[in-house]
Amino acid sequence: MAVLLIAEHNNKELKPFTLNAVTAASQIDPEVHAVIIGKDCEEGAKALSQLPLVKKVIHVEAAHYENFVAENFAPVIVKLADNYSHIVCSANTFGKNLMPRIAAALDTSQISDIIKVISPDTFLRPIYAGNAFATVKSKDAKKCVTIRPTSFDPCESTGGSASIEKAEAGEEFMHTKFIKREEIKSDRPELGTARVVISGGRGMQNGDNFKLITSIADKLNAAIGASRAAVDAGYISNDHQVGQTGKVVVPDLYIAVGISGAIQHLAGMKESKIIVAINKDGEAPIFSVADYGLEADLFEALPQFLEELNKLNTIQK
Amino acid sequence: MKILVAVKRVIDYNVQVRVKEDNTGVVTDNVKMSTNPPDDNAIEEAVKIKEAGKATEVIAVSIGEEKAQETVRKALAVGADKGILVKVDGVLEPLAVSKLLQKIVEKEKPDLVFMGKQAIDDDCNQTGQMLSALLNWPQATFASKIEIKDKKLEVTREIDEGLETIEINIPAIVTCDLRLNEPRYASLPNIMKAKKKPIEQLNASDLGVDTSPRIDQIKVEEPPKRKAGIKVSSVAELVQKLKNEAKVI
Ligand SMILES: Cc1cc2nc3c(=O)[nH]c(=O)nc-3n(C[C@@H](O)[C@H](O)[C@H](O)COP(=O)(O)OP(=O)(O)OC[C@H]3O[C@@H](n4cnc5c(N)ncnc54)[C@H](O)[C@@H]3O)c2cc1C
Ligand SMILES: Cc1cc2nc3c(=O)[nH]c(=O)nc-3n(C[C@H](O)[C@H](O)[C@H](O)COP(=O)(O)OP(=O)(O)OC[C@H]3O[C@@H](n4cnc5c(N)ncnc54)[C@H](O)[C@@H]3O)c2cc1C
Repeated sequence: MAVLLIAEHNNKELKPFTLNAVTAASQIDPEVHAVIIGKDCEEGAKALSQLPLVKKVIHVEAAHYENFVAENFAPVIVKLADNYSHIVCSANTFGKNLMPRIAAALDTSQISDIIKVISPDTFLRPIYAGNAFATVKSKDAKKCVTIRPTSFDPCESTGGSASIEKAEAGEEFMHTKFIKREEIKSDRPELGTARVVISGGRGMQNGDNFKLITSIADKLNAAIGASRAAVDAGYISNDHQVGQTGKVVVPDLYIAVGISGAIQHLAGMKESKIIVAINKDGEAPIFSVADYGLEADLFEALPQFLEELNKLNTIQK
Repeated sequence: MKILVAVKRVIDYNVQVRVKEDNTGVVTDNVKMSTNPPDDNAIEEAVKIKEAGKATEVIAVSIGEEKAQETVRKALAVGADKGILVKVDGVLEPLAVSKLLQKIVEKEKPDLVFMGKQAIDDDCNQTGQMLSALLNWPQATFASKIEIKDKKLEVTREIDEGLETIEINIPAIVTCDLRLNEPRYASLPNIMKAKKKPIEQLNASDLGVDTSPRIDQIKVEEPPKRKAGIKVSSVAELVQKLKNEAKVI
């Protein structure tokens, strides 16, 4: 039997993490079929068909799929599930919202947020905010698995030519109504995929001071992250939160500024390749995971950092 | 209106969790346990709705070993009216928890079920969505704001892209984010009063639910450790290291 991958998209294009999810799916079974559900999402279906790892695309269209309401999506997948051994999706808010609804309907115990495929029924997943890794084996005939996208490389995006099949839409669930989505648009790289991330914590003291972070992010083409404390205090919006209850990031360079390094924060960034910590408290736990620690007042260090980066640029030019 | 709130007993979020030497799990003996943090937000929200005169009863339910009673008591001490403990020993997966909660919902007939968005131990983030699938009710996950409008709820959800607002008809399930509200502390008089509030005890078998695990936990290991880093003495040194040693800028 094959694996069914649920594509995440915005009705115009695929979300980048769909490519990481395809990679994970192909490690479970090379026969990967991808389903895309949406409104006017032909472009997404086409993009899926061009992924060399995808063997078949199933395209489901209806007006009531425009806003990705899980109550509308789940029955579509459940209907397709007969032909598949595994249903796979990214463990971001889209997949977290949707997959358990499918798993419950199929009466299978979902495996969340895997970071490694050990065999088609055995997976590695972090528990306790990444303080332990559990190897788990599913005994269910049909397996519902969400994958942590940053733990898998994105698949090749061109060269494939899978067939696109249309499948019938389901009925609309009348008890849930989408009202609005407030997306914070920015020209910066996305937090989840950025090569460099610079994050501020409670040490920033207020939202205005985040300008210090922004100007460095501009220089390094970095995404901006934050601790929960900084988001809770209103310095910056929730989509920037890194950690156990926020986003997981694995950049080449993660710079933590005025962040103490609580385990819930570390859960979201400690797999980063290089970690830099700037903190005035030499005992702050963040230093225990930092490759380079700078014990300093951030209000002095950040302007100097910007200055040094400017110098580098002039040398390079 | 009746609100059911699911509260889970977990290892306290301040505890540095350690893996057992035999790799069968994490150390739980003599470790401080508390209510799963977002479940405190779920209780708080339910109690606030009741205080605003929009709900008549708040019921707290926990599923687990006998000691989960403490978690129910704590919910009673911050304002829940009645508690339910479903006793189950051993491993419980979200699917089983949601099936047990479905039975409780059928019995108590609440209009709303509030739960945490994820438990901080297993980080599954499943139970609420599974329960709403089983009941075929609408779900509002990762809620950071809830407004009651007649027979509807308007809920703001935290999603990766920012915020989303949806309207759902009651009966419904809401899973709560930590930003939903500021949970109160229980006052001593209220802790005393909570001791007199009723807790109904049930067994999973009474409810006719098979809770046997579908997942084998083969082993639990320490994650790979990062190698120790260094302290740099100046910003200039930091930038040089990042450029020449780590080669990341
Ligand atoms: C393979 C495996 C092995 C496990 N081994 C053990 C073990 O050895 N010992 C052990 O104690 N646990 C063990 N568990 C944990 C299991 O008991 C969890 O309670 C269950 O998996 C629920 O997951 P979660 O809490 O992460 O769910 P989530 O879906 O993240 O929880 C969300 C919300 O659901 C509600 N909720 C969840 N569980 C309960 C509950 N029990 N009562 C009331 N409300 C609840 C809460 O409101 C919570 O905020 C294991 C789980 C798995 C999958
Ligand atoms: C269930 C649960 C889930 C959670 N999920 C998350 C999550 O997803 N992400 C997350 O980040 N947190 C999360 N938390 C919160 C976490 O426990 C910490 O409270 C939070 O990470 C602390 O943020 P902080 O480091 O910014 O603040 P603090 O811990 O207050 O640290 C501020 C740091 O700034 C330093 N500082 C202050 N002024 C300066 C200065 N002028 N120059 C240099 N350094 C300075 C201080 O020395 C200190 O180390 C969660 C908590 C719970 C209970």
